Amino acid sequence: MDIVPEITRQSITNLVKNDKREDGRELTEYRDISIETNVISKAEGSARVKLGGTQVIVGIKPQLGSPFPDTPDLGVLMTNCEMLPMADPNFEPGPPSDDSIELARVVDRGIRESELVELDKLCVEEGKHVWMLFIDLHIIDNCGNLFDACELAVMAALKSTKLPVATIVDEEVVLSEDETFDLPINNELALCTFVKIGDKMVIDPTLDEERVASARLNVGVTKDGHICSMQKGGKQPLEKEDILYCVHTAVEKVKELIEHL
Amino acid sequence: MIYVENKDLVIPGQILADDEYYSGRGTFKENGKVCSSLMGLVSLRNKKLRVIPLKSKYVPKKGDVVIGKINDVRFSMWDVDINSPYSGILPAFEVFGREKKELNKVYDVGDVLFLRVVDVDEIKKAKLGLKGRGMGKFKGGIIVDIAPTKVPRLIGKKGSMINMIKDKTNCKIVVGQNGLVWVKGDEDMEQLTKNIIHLIEAEAHTSGLTNKIKNKLYLAIDGELPPEEVEEAEEEFVLEKPKLQNFKEELEQEEKEAEEKKKNEDKPDIAKVIEELKKKNKSKKDNSLSYDDNSNNSFILNNK
Amino acid sequence: MMSEFIRKDGRKFDELRPIKIEAGVLERADGSAYLEVGGNKILVAVYGPRESYIRRLLEPNTGVIRCRYNMAPFSVDDRKRPGPDRRSSEISKITADALRPALMLENYPRSMIDIYIEVIEAEGGTRCAGITAASVALVDAGVPMKDIVVGCAAGKVNDEIVLDLSEYEDKEGQADVPIAMMPRTGEITLLQSDGDLTEEEFEKAINLAMEGCLEVNKLQKEALMKKYSTE
Repeated sequence: MDIVPEITRQSITNLVKNDKREDGRELTEYRDISIETNVISKAEGSARVKLGGTQVIVGIKPQLGSPFPDTPDLGVLMTNCEMLPMADPNFEPGPPSDDSIELARVVDRGIRESELVELDKLCVEEGKHVWMLFIDLHIIDNCGNLFDACELAVMAALKSTKLPVATIVDEEVVLSEDETFDLPINNELALCTFVKIGDKMVIDPTLDEERVASARLNVGVTKDGHICSMQKGGKQPLEKEDILYCVHTAVEKVKELIEHL
Repeated sequence: MIYVENKDLVIPGQILADDEYYSGRGTFKENGKVCSSLMGLVSLRNKKLRVIPLKSKYVPKKGDVVIGKINDVRFSMWDVDINSPYSGILPAFEVFGREKKELNKVYDVGDVLFLRVVDVDEIKKAKLGLKGRGMGKFKGGIIVDIAPTKVPRLIGKKGSMINMIKDKTNCKIVVGQNGLVWVKGDEDMEQLTKNIIHLIEAEAHTSGLTNKIKNKLYLAIDGELPPEEVEEAEEEFVLEKPKLQNFKEELEQEEKEAEEKKKNEDKPDIAKVIEELKKKNKSKKDNSLSYDDNSNNSFILNNK
Repeated sequence: MMSEFIRKDGRKFDELRPIKIEAGVLERADGSAYLEVGGNKILVAVYGPRESYIRRLLEPNTGVIRCRYNMAPFSVDDRKRPGPDRRSSEISKITADALRPALMLENYPRSMIDIYIEVIEAEGGTRCAGITAASVALVDAGVPMKDIVVGCAAGKVNDEIVLDLSEYEDKEGQADVPIAMMPRTGEITLLQSDGDLTEEEFEKAINLAMEGCLEVNKLQKEALMKKYSTE
């Protein structure tokens, strides 16, 4: 249990009311972002993202598997998140928490709904063999806004992913030892997360801002400005104006985020 | 034979000296050698070796002043988080004697208080109280979190550092020995003070810090460097025990007064009370931090 | 004869893989460390001493430690299912046992220290690397200790006793002897051995592993000094 000191709640709320923040940023300003790719040589795709003090590592491992019966010619994406207890004194070891599942699903939804991974090109033999991509989110330091950090890391990792060339020889899948191909990707996307403090929406919240916020909104936007996923979180409601403001701001902000990729 | 010099940075297990030296806090003796048990700076005085840790958790000690957060309200006490492996309790009778009141109407979950450690039991659970000037609930301001071992550095020699910050920023600052600092003032000054405090924490082990901080403060507030340099004499080494005897005396006096007051409660001697009040006014300074000289670098080792 | 022997990756029999250690790499943790040795990438975070609500684990006279060794799903060639398995549970236990003798927690009764070892990438010898990194993270957290525990393995490959087995050597080799020790006293805090060794070979292996530990210990100290010494 983590109780926010009342005076911290007040001071953050008062700051935001005056369009200020505890770390001196503007309400629509991100913290410093750094992205490294190919950080895990054993993973076919990987990235580490630092967003202020927040740090996540994403690794992508492919496996050959059977397609779903209703999509026999499409590859499969699976996103899984571990909120490691090393990342936050309040994270517990054990099966994924609700927060962790929500994080993985929101990040997954952006990738999936934007259809930026060309799943049809991940089919090795229709109805029998397709590539399954396991996207594992590893949260190692939680200083707020895991959503945007994870989505950036997944995007960067996907762009760095190379798969071995697979061919069918005598009804068996044979993987090439040295020949690889880049994961086919036809778009880019980023997630913009806002929290509501007082009656204002604040982008890229710090941990304390998250803790005093009344509600959250994630907006996933592609490079060409299409909204592909959204999620409202938090205990309190949002007003329509808040949502429209966030969508508008996100569409602009995502261009900036994608430049980091 | 000694293998290190005063103020050397040492690590756990490092051999500091042979048998003829004494083992103080942060050290232990094994096989006729004095060894360090911590990462920290050597302090050598009269053949007694100590290691002042760079980092350590706050362990409550009787008489300390701390900043705590109410975590829970129970039947006759509050649970208080004091930024330590050991939580504190504030019993209701410490606050309003035998009077019956609803506890959460007085202090509620999330409130932040300035408290004194009244007693520590054998399992280190701290009993807290509010006796002392300035104790009680904070209204407004911000909380800054630093390593408890850096508290002496933040205060500086005879309060030089903290007073300089207070003067320049016009902020009220209260430092708890558990590493929590309360700052209240103008909104922008609060944020500036927070940054300055974090800078002191990060650079506590460097020399020339008082001047550096002074320059930062003047640059941030006046847009130019201060007219004169702080005297070099002010410059004091890192985590060296600050000489804060006056604070200690004040604290002792305050306790003595409290005790006497208690004794005389049944038959109050008016003259004495007046005299005490006078005395109190005389020494009226910002007593937000009553510092116990010995507790500064209080690592737990001799603290059984 | 032994000194002529060159290993598959070009190392001499008593040569360690390249090592990089960094202290204090995470914001939230009380102490942390990052270690690379060969292809291993290991991150360790320490929380505590802190209050714990798991009463059955607490001891009235001293602090206790709890260790969790975990491998990232992408740390190995074939994706590992997330979560603990029998291997990681055993390693967690012996790691705690290896570190405990060095800790001086009598002044933190009823408190708990959590050590989280995260294998980001594995290439043989992760348990020793985890112990080495965990010690640095413990020092970084300000936990009082008698010594900085360090781990290193020796083993038998092609009938030769060699230091610090790589993943390939571990798989293809005949024996693996991971140890951990407290360098000041030379006391051993972890010892495992699997494979086939004669008495003489075992002695050679443990001596070599101990020498390796002392080498790695120097790098632990350097990493800590680098983090905290005045520029």
